Amino acid sequence: MSLVDFVTGPMAYGFMQRGLVAAILVGVVCAVMGTFVVLKGLAFIGDAVSHAAFPGLVIAYLLGIPLYVGAAAAAVLTALAIGAVSRRGGLRFDTAVGVLFAGTFALGILLFSTIRNYVADLFSYLLGNVLGIATEDLVQIALLGVIVLAVLYVLRKELLYSTFDPAGAAASGLPVNRLEYLLLGLLGVTIVVSIQAVGIIMVVAMLVTPAATAQLLVVRFGRMLSLAVWVAVVSAVSGLYLSYYLNVASGASIVLVETALFGAALVFSPRRGLLARRHHEPTGAAVAPGA
Amino acid sequence: MIETEAGTKASSAPARGAVPAIRLRGVSAGYGDLLALDRIDLDVPTGSLLAVIGPNGAGKSTLLKVIAGLLEARTGTIEVLGARPGIAARRVAYVPQAEAVDWEFPVTVGEVVMMGRVPRIGILRGPGTADRAAVDHALATVGMAAAVERQIGALSGGQRRRVFLARALASEPDLYLLDEPVTGVDATTQEDLMDVLEAEAKAGRTVVATTHDLACAAHRFQEAALVNRRIVATGPAKDLVLDQRLLAETYGGHVVVLPDLAGGALILDDAHHHDEAAGGERHYHEDGRS
Repeated sequence: MSLVDFVTGPMAYGFMQRGLVAAILVGVVCAVMGTFVVLKGLAFIGDAVSHAAFPGLVIAYLLGIPLYVGAAAAAVLTALAIGAVSRRGGLRFDTAVGVLFAGTFALGILLFSTIRNYVADLFSYLLGNVLGIATEDLVQIALLGVIVLAVLYVLRKELLYSTFDPAGAAASGLPVNRLEYLLLGLLGVTIVVSIQAVGIIMVVAMLVTPAATAQLLVVRFGRMLSLAVWVAVVSAVSGLYLSYYLNVASGASIVLVETALFGAALVFSPRRGLLARRHHEPTGAAVAPGA
Repeated sequence: MIETEAGTKASSAPARGAVPAIRLRGVSAGYGDLLALDRIDLDVPTGSLLAVIGPNGAGKSTLLKVIAGLLEARTGTIEVLGARPGIAARRVAYVPQAEAVDWEFPVTVGEVVMMGRVPRIGILRGPGTADRAAVDHALATVGMAAAVERQIGALSGGQRRRVFLARALASEPDLYLLDEPVTGVDATTQEDLMDVLEAEAKAGRTVVATTHDLACAAHRFQEAALVNRRIVATGPAKDLVLDQRLLAETYGGHVVVLPDLAGGALILDDAHHHDEAAGGERHYHEDGRS
């Protein structure tokens, strides 16, 4: 088989074309959102929000309304509820998120168990099926993705300041609380956009892994953002081809390519990698020149 | 003159600037069950260079947060630059303790200092010529112009404090609220940073800084406020720091003042005494990572 055939072969199928576009779109939106998620330490919240989308999906199915709407409502509500819980206190924040996480998912499973017939649609949301994406889904993903990216772009300097130093930003007059709620709301939207492609269980990997990989390699916010996007795009394309030729699950392939790239960065990063640390003990990371 | 809590409040006529930059009356604040500040009165005249001194857990950081509008007071009234806290926020620069910052964050020195301009630039716009000039000027003032492209995590502790002061300078504030700006830095850095703050105060801006360093407070600050959940005393920094009785009251016996040969005083400051019962502030030792 020639290289051209290798590349163009899978693209003879409509579902592969749509899958590739969807995987790239989702990868890019998740990578950009994920950069804020990683820097703000919201990974666990992202996981909780994606699991909370499940009862929303099941309720939407039972009510006969579009699944997207149910998932979006549940995800955004949970994200905002977590924001509110984090302000009240009394409990450790991760404890409160853990309770919410398990409770909402259990509600989803319970409602799911009341459905007597097999529902392929709902299963595809749990594990993701990027190859089952229809054209109208693709339009939805693109539209919501563009909205998320546009808002993040417009508010980038305010979000960067309030993420880096919330106290300093708030004291200088930035609406730090509102920015945080906005970020959580966008996180909810991003997750809903992504779960059809990669599934509730793996969406957190799409959010966290490219940004974490980038953070190991570069020291500027802008470069971290663009490198995270590249990691996501490369993973989406190569993961999809891998899944085609090896005949394995597509979402899992994409996530595993991302994980492999993260592993490579962890070992080989010139500043923070395990190999670099051995040579520069004990302060290698701190004294290495900035990129 | 030294004004203690028991002393006369009527005679607190500010030496400099008639308008108080900060005015607190009966202010209490805290976290959960902990009352970190208990009915505090404080006037800070415009143009002051004020050191807030006290042991760990005394409420020094809480005091700054209440003034900055980051923490709501439970009782009392607060005026900051003539308004409620947070209203005049663009004229206020707050610098948190070094321990409160994520030094692995992927930003350069120049980007951090530009953050000081963000409220001025406003939404939907990028930095202009004036913003870039302000950043360059602030970095030059603290002696960090050459480091503009470096990642903040690659700097030493003293350099990090310089950069954060530059961010405050770049925002061109009328009021500086600095939490431990010279803690854990070398003598040169301490002198340089204090020179900058002194110049700002001379130019009519108000500087309020918490510190553990009694010697620095005595030598470099005009005024001081001794704090331990309440204001123990306010007055000229030199006088307060040499007053054994007031210091003992502030530190609860954990400080020793010895006369030194030059006629001054050698202060053995128990800065690392941890008062767990009053754990409203967290205190970490320099972890030596950089």
